[in-house]
Amino acid sequence: MDRKEISEQLTKVGYVTDSQLTMALWLMERLERPLLLEGAAGVGKTEVAKALAEVHDTRLIRLQCYEGLDANAAIYEWNYQRQLLAIKAREGRGETAEEVEKHIFSEEFLLERPLLAAIREDKPAVLLIDEIDRADEEFEAFLLEVLSDYQISIPELGTVYATSIPLVVLTSNGTRELSDALRRRCLYHYVDYPSEDKEARILTTRLPRIDATLARQIAGFVAAVRKEDLRKVPGVAESLDWAAALVGLEVRDLRAEPEAVQDTLLCLLKTQEDRLALAPEVTQRLLGKVA
Amino acid sequence: MAADARALDVIAPENLSPVAGAQLRQRMAAFLALLRDNGFLVGLEEAQDCLRFAAAADLGRPASLRAGLRSVCCTCRADWQRFDELFDAYWLERGMKGMVKVSGTPPKGRGARRLSEAGAPRGSLGAPDQVSREGAEAGGNPADRQGRREGASSAECLAEADFRHLVTAEELQRVHELADRLARRMRHRLSRRERQRRKGRRLDLRRTIHRSIGRGGLPIDLAWRKRRERPLRLVVVLDASGSMSQYSTFFLRFIHGVLDRFREAEAFVFHTRLIHVSPALKERDAAKAVERLSLIAQGWAGGTKIGESLAAFNRHHAARVVHGRSVVMIVSDGFDTGAPELLAREMAALRRRTKRIVWLNPMIGWQDYEPTAGGMSAALPYIDLFAPAHNLKSLEALAPYLEQT
Repeated sequence: MDRKEISEQLTKVGYVTDSQLTMALWLMERLERPLLLEGAAGVGKTEVAKALAEVHDTRLIRLQCYEGLDANAAIYEWNYQRQLLAIKAREGRGETAEEVEKHIFSEEFLLERPLLAAIREDKPAVLLIDEIDRADEEFEAFLLEVLSDYQISIPELGTVYATSIPLVVLTSNGTRELSDALRRRCLYHYVDYPSEDKEARILTTRLPRIDATLARQIAGFVAAVRKEDLRKVPGVAESLDWAAALVGLEVRDLRAEPEAVQDTLLCLLKTQEDRLALAPEVTQRLLGKVA
Repeated sequence: MAADARALDVIAPENLSPVAGAQLRQRMAAFLALLRDNGFLVGLEEAQDCLRFAAAADLGRPASLRAGLRSVCCTCRADWQRFDELFDAYWLERGMKGMVKVSGTPPKGRGARRLSEAGAPRGSLGAPDQVSREGAEAGGNPADRQGRREGASSAECLAEADFRHLVTAEELQRVHELADRLARRMRHRLSRRERQRRKGRRLDLRRTIHRSIGRGGLPIDLAWRKRRERPLRLVVVLDASGSMSQYSTFFLRFIHGVLDRFREAEAFVFHTRLIHVSPALKERDAAKAVERLSLIAQGWAGGTKIGESLAAFNRHHAARVVHGRSVVMIVSDGFDTGAPELLAREMAALRRRTKRIVWLNPMIGWQDYEPTAGGMSAALPYIDLFAPAHNLKSLEALAPYLEQT
């Protein structure tokens, strides 16, 4: 797939891209390198992976990171219950301990977790490692190992080699500094809040029923809201929600219906303080700025 | 995928006309060197990827060259924002300010200027080399500065140089970089320790089952994993008074780096009163964080009131931030204009709350220093570790102590 195709396909599946991101997606396939997406929460980092999976018509395997995530939860685990049962079942057969051991530590009892699953797909899957900054540094080292060799060694079973190299997308909200080694392993893309123009395009792509003028107004208003001093800056998902709400209320012009705007702001603002900060007067002022 | 990689090899530079390939290589290598000089993490692997990319892409358009190299060479947001400027300067030959051209020359421009303003204060107490400092600051001799600079061993020299004796903006900049690196190194050592002790009181099913095979599946020998120990909490209380001003920027920088490692950390700055500065340290960019902190610390007049500041700390913050796993690190020269009795009382109160109190005093590094300053001698009985902190070496020596849990 060349870049033009990628860009067209992305648009088709409802993801509005730009040339820089298209280049990154093209390169990750060419150079077989993971892509690290950084940016504030809610700018659509996870969506990139979803769209990519759709474009390639392949499975999306997601690994959500959290503090304390360990190899057991990310790579593989043994099915302990079944193992215990199997030991019981074989008790009377007079097998040696080695034989039993060999049996219960075989493929049959192995539970795949996302990383193992991803390299054993027949068709290259999209592996989304979400919020890597939440995992511990220790896990980062694990991940680096998997991402550089695309093989996993299981002590009881031997080394599992990749049947296909997945397209790996990592996302980070920047709550912790990632190691240089991991950063260097990856291609890098910084995802910013979309420009007004881009956001309007996202709204019209995702919500076919929306009026083009309203989409532009919403994009303009949300852009203005993002400049306010808020605790939680609304992301793209929020503006989509809000737009859907306004469309549902059959609002055509934001300035004509300030009350509807004020009442639906709960789609955009998710904390009490932010709600209070955007009092009707403030909303009025921001609406005034919207062309 | 494999087929793609092979296709790339076919049109790789060496298979193009040899002259064009070599030229491209050279241009690219020089550009990557430029990026490296500007702090990008670009190594051999990146260089190869850049060439592979250049061979495969339609390089007629600068836009695609830009986008591709940007994806490959950037590793963080700062790189991301800086890239365009450097790209334009090199490939499109648009001039720019603040670009580093020669390998090894410390960046000039904004960063360095800020440091020379913030990091070299005037009229400070206890600075025997005051005169030479002001001479150099007033402009100095460019040739002389040139002569001071670099060489392979200079990093080591700087590590041992007392912060007071650093004069030029370049030196300050270099030491700040070293402090950053040291902080990062310490962070890694500390986390390794944590990993090793991560055994716990949780059932280790994998090993339990292994052991139970011989017993017909009855898990008689249980294997345990210990629960992970929660990391230390570091509470830093930094003296930002006039007498400390030559040191405080370094500490701020260093603390900023180390705090990043401690998942639980709090920082306070005092002078005549105490200010909670943890939020300012959350700023990722070290230079920006230090700048913000320096702004906070500025503009207070009068003597240092260590005792009162500690009292405020004990009253308003200690209950929240200090617990059994805390290390309280006080960075001060101990020149207290308040009553020593108050300081002693507050130190005792703090001692009851916490496991360990570290007092870093830059003056220990000075020759013939005795901790006789009223405040210092009052505080001494309550301190677990009284250590120097006048240069990078002494900061590094702290690492083993902080590793103990």
